[in-house]
Amino acid sequence: MIRLKDVRFGYESRIILDGLDLTVNAGDRIGLIGPNGSGKTTLCHIIMGLIFPQSGTVEIFGKPRTKEEDFAEVRGRLGFVFQDADDQLFCPTVLEDVAFGPLNMGKSTAEAKHIALNTLKELNLTGFEERITYKLSGGEKRLVSLATVLSMEPEILILDEPTAGLDEATTIRLIDILNQSTLTYLIISHDKEFLSLTTSTMMLMKKGRITPVE
Amino acid sequence: MNMEEFALGDSIIHKMDPRSKLLTAFAFSVVVALTGDPMALYLAPVFPLVLLGLAGVNFRGVLRRLVTANVFIAFLWIFLPFSHGETVVYSLGPLHVYREGLWFALFITLKSNAIILMIIALLGTSSVFSVVHALSHLHVPDKLVHVFFFCFRYLETIQDEYQRLVTAMKIRGFKPGPNMRTYRAYANLMGILLVRSFERSARIVAAMKCRGFRNKFYILHHYEMQTRDFALCASSVAFLATLMVV
Repeated sequence: MIRLKDVRFGYESRIILDGLDLTVNAGDRIGLIGPNGSGKTTLCHIIMGLIFPQSGTVEIFGKPRTKEEDFAEVRGRLGFVFQDADDQLFCPTVLEDVAFGPLNMGKSTAEAKHIALNTLKELNLTGFEERITYKLSGGEKRLVSLATVLSMEPEILILDEPTAGLDEATTIRLIDILNQSTLTYLIISHDKEFLSLTTSTMMLMKKGRITPVE
Repeated sequence: MNMEEFALGDSIIHKMDPRSKLLTAFAFSVVVALTGDPMALYLAPVFPLVLLGLAGVNFRGVLRRLVTANVFIAFLWIFLPFSHGETVVYSLGPLHVYREGLWFALFITLKSNAIILMIIALLGTSSVFSVVHALSHLHVPDKLVHVFFFCFRYLETIQDEYQRLVTAMKIRGFKPGPNMRTYRAYANLMGILLVRSFERSARIVAAMKCRGFRNKFYILHHYEMQTRDFALCASSVAFLATLMVV
């Protein structure tokens, strides 16, 4: 579903991705671990087409993607949850935020509302519809951000540091949600224990490359 | 800072369609700002006061806001009476107090307070977001609406960030004083807030793009005008007509 080949990316004097290869197949549950500054977030942004590699190829859903338009087409099928929920949640109410993606995908207001309510229900967030997004607690924000991405019904989920700043109870809730889901996903995290509970393959990101972890 | 302290409530004013509130507040402001008739100005605050009464908001809070706003108006009283007009009513040595200047300052004070009361009565009793929605329903240019909307949404986030930075400075023993070091520290603080806000805005756009945003906002809730909204519009038209006739 995702295939990156020999991807290089850097700023003037600093190389961030140095000939990186990554393949994600349907059904994979990959955990990506790596030290600070190893380029994990950059990698996500390349997959989502928010930045473009200086060389190498990005292939998503069987087609090479090089331009903004190529990515605009597939963004709804790739669900990316940002590290900071405050970046993700910008609508006044939870319901509007969860319905934002479906509305962008061309769903009608009624359909979008229905999807949003269902997504909230699946995540046990019923009753949150009219809550004000910026007044939620850190853990609630994280779960609602997940809902805003799941409501687009993506085929792959990409989570950037999902456990950062979460308490134990919310972390356990997140683990349950991921284990019950049938989605293909890629999780970037520092938290080895969390990855071992939620993923089947673990990879290490170091010096701009990815290597498998035994 | 609580900008929405009057927004919670259950009164008829709170329940009104924000569109009719916006239109009424706008029409009222235009008429009051343009009228030159003293009688109309004495009468003008009556309408917003009635609405505030109907909304049942805490009058102390309203008064507190009026005081804040009038601090700015007080400056006019310092300058206008001395600089504007011909008829001298009082002389303080080389300084003359002019009648026209006094009237002018009084007019501005009455006008501003009437408009502020109206804004509190009508817009203050809606959540900021319903006002934003109403603006886009009324076909105010998208860009303006979005700027207003994002400003409000991220004010709290930026304030949090500011608070964290200030705490971090205090923890490291920073004591503000009237010296160069303090000014430099505050300049750095403002600078870093600006840079962070800029970076955050880039991340927000990225997050929106990832959810399929293509420069168009869709609105989930729609409003419906009800009898009470027509009643508000009709009574405001009647009141404004009276103001213009007297």
